[in-house]
Amino acid sequence: MSTIAKREPRPRRRLRLDVSVPIMLAPFLFFFFVFIILPIVIAVGLSFTSFNGVQTPEVNGLSNYVALLTQDTEFLRYILPNTLKFAMIVGPFGYLLQFLLAWVLAQIPKGSRTVLALIFYSPSMTGSVVTAVIWKVIFTGDQNGYLNYILEKLNIIQEPVQWLQNTSTILPIMIIVTLWSSMGIGFLTMLSGVLNIDPELYEAAYIDGIRNRFQEIVYITIPSMKPQMLFGAVMAIVNTITAGQIGVDLTGANPTPGYSGSTMVTHIDDYGFLQYEMGYANAIAVVLLIFVFILSRVVNKFFAEREED
Amino acid sequence: MRNRFQGTKINPTRYDRSQIKFFAVLIPLAVVMGLPIVYIFVTAFKPTNELFAYPPRFFVRRPTWGNFAQIQAVMEESGIPMTRYLVNSLSSALIVVVCTILMSVSAGYVLAKKRFRVKKLLLELNTVALMFVPAAVKIPRYLIMERLNLLDSFWSNIVPLLAMPVGLFLIKQFMDQIPDALIEAARMDGANDFTIVRRIIVPIIQPAIVTVAILAFQNSWNSAVESTLYVDHDQLKTFAFYITSLTSGSTTNVAAQGMAAAASLVLFIPNLIIFIVMQSKVMNTLAHSGIK
Repeated sequence: MSTIAKREPRPRRRLRLDVSVPIMLAPFLFFFFVFIILPIVIAVGLSFTSFNGVQTPEVNGLSNYVALLTQDTEFLRYILPNTLKFAMIVGPFGYLLQFLLAWVLAQIPKGSRTVLALIFYSPSMTGSVVTAVIWKVIFTGDQNGYLNYILEKLNIIQEPVQWLQNTSTILPIMIIVTLWSSMGIGFLTMLSGVLNIDPELYEAAYIDGIRNRFQEIVYITIPSMKPQMLFGAVMAIVNTITAGQIGVDLTGANPTPGYSGSTMVTHIDDYGFLQYEMGYANAIAVVLLIFVFILSRVVNKFFAEREED
Repeated sequence: MRNRFQGTKINPTRYDRSQIKFFAVLIPLAVVMGLPIVYIFVTAFKPTNELFAYPPRFFVRRPTWGNFAQIQAVMEESGIPMTRYLVNSLSSALIVVVCTILMSVSAGYVLAKKRFRVKKLLLELNTVALMFVPAAVKIPRYLIMERLNLLDSFWSNIVPLLAMPVGLFLIKQFMDQIPDALIEAARMDGANDFTIVRRIIVPIIQPAIVTVAILAFQNSWNSAVESTLYVDHDQLKTFAFYITSLTSGSTTNVAAQGMAAAASLVLFIPNLIIFIVMQSKVMNTLAHSGIK
């Protein structure tokens, strides 16, 4: 009896062609392919050509990549070190900060937690346009700038500093501003991750001999929220790379003064939209995308759930 | 032997003196991080003499609507009223939100609840696409928009933002929790996919829909990139773009600071209100948004 009842509905479903699958997938897939996949394919294709945006692209093999790694002195001297420095600090440090803040927020009652989380999240909500408006004023170069005024008052500086034109201060400012606005969706995800861990896990762990908060984080909290940690990490990588734009937003110039705040995303714009060397710009884009992809694989390895699935 | 004092402190129900150390970290940090936001509010209402004042004063003494009026005046001079930019921003943001939701819900439903050949591949592709950096492919996107005749039109601010891997991802993850039996039961009653999505799926995944709506809204409402790259005519550009044009150039003009702050406030307030109203739904959704 039971075997018959079980078997009956299955084969039918498999035979029937389910028309709603392609219909319901089509709109998303269309835009996904046209505005995500296709641009990547075109970027890869154009990276092997010389293309000024008007004439037909001319294939030139690997010479864009060769030029990038051997001839582009700005890239080797400024862009690449800037990008790495910026990403190495903003990425891991921002991510750590997000996790720690999420964890600390989970230790306080709901009402105050909600208010504080909103304050931390607000900067990421402002978007790059408003972020630039705010920080440009704080770092204004004349004595009206808030920072100059305060530092002068404290006798730390004698005359106003051109923070956003000074080649040694641009990158640190970019890092500060980006960290400020990094408490985004990844941070909120990790916060809800911490909050949703079964309290019994902690109790069991204490019975098993965990002694302090640090062990609690290492042995219970992080392993219990690996999926949220991974989502947060992926968001952190993407946001960090995208935030490389902030140097241009703040200084109002591309390239930034002395290339000191230029990163790979702004270098792409510089070559693509200002110098019309689109083949070359796309080679930079491909290198950047590969860089992001490798980083993401690494964090994936790190947080992947190894058990089932 | 139950250790009550340590393990039960995550998500406490009320204030306890042991939490002081956490507040001691959080409150100063919140003040530092919140100040720049407060800055927009106070500067937007500063009269001209306070903007120019030396020493600069952080808080406003005699708030006025002057900066907002000045934006209006400057815009009238240029022939394009502020409302035009706002309408552009609002209408494109609404279209982005509605289309993103419709596309992500229907694709998410199929990917979460149906079986077919390339499903696994598509899901993996979308997870990889979470790492996609749009800023890297502005040029190819420009070329595509050019071919599709979408440059310099109302749609230029919309179409590049429609496919949102994070949106599909969040909705699909949330749908995974809906028991298949519920859908089976509806199907037995003769419901088709459209009815199932509308009557069963949408009410259950409403928090995820709200979350994706917020993200899609922020994506579109805050963005000046599309207007900068794909639009020539000023009357088709968005309000976010207008703000960048107010503050462009390397020197910060003090008079423009007040206007820029006022305009920034207009851009920021909708984000803030929407998020405050919806935050519990967002948190609920994000709890399910891990990558496995």
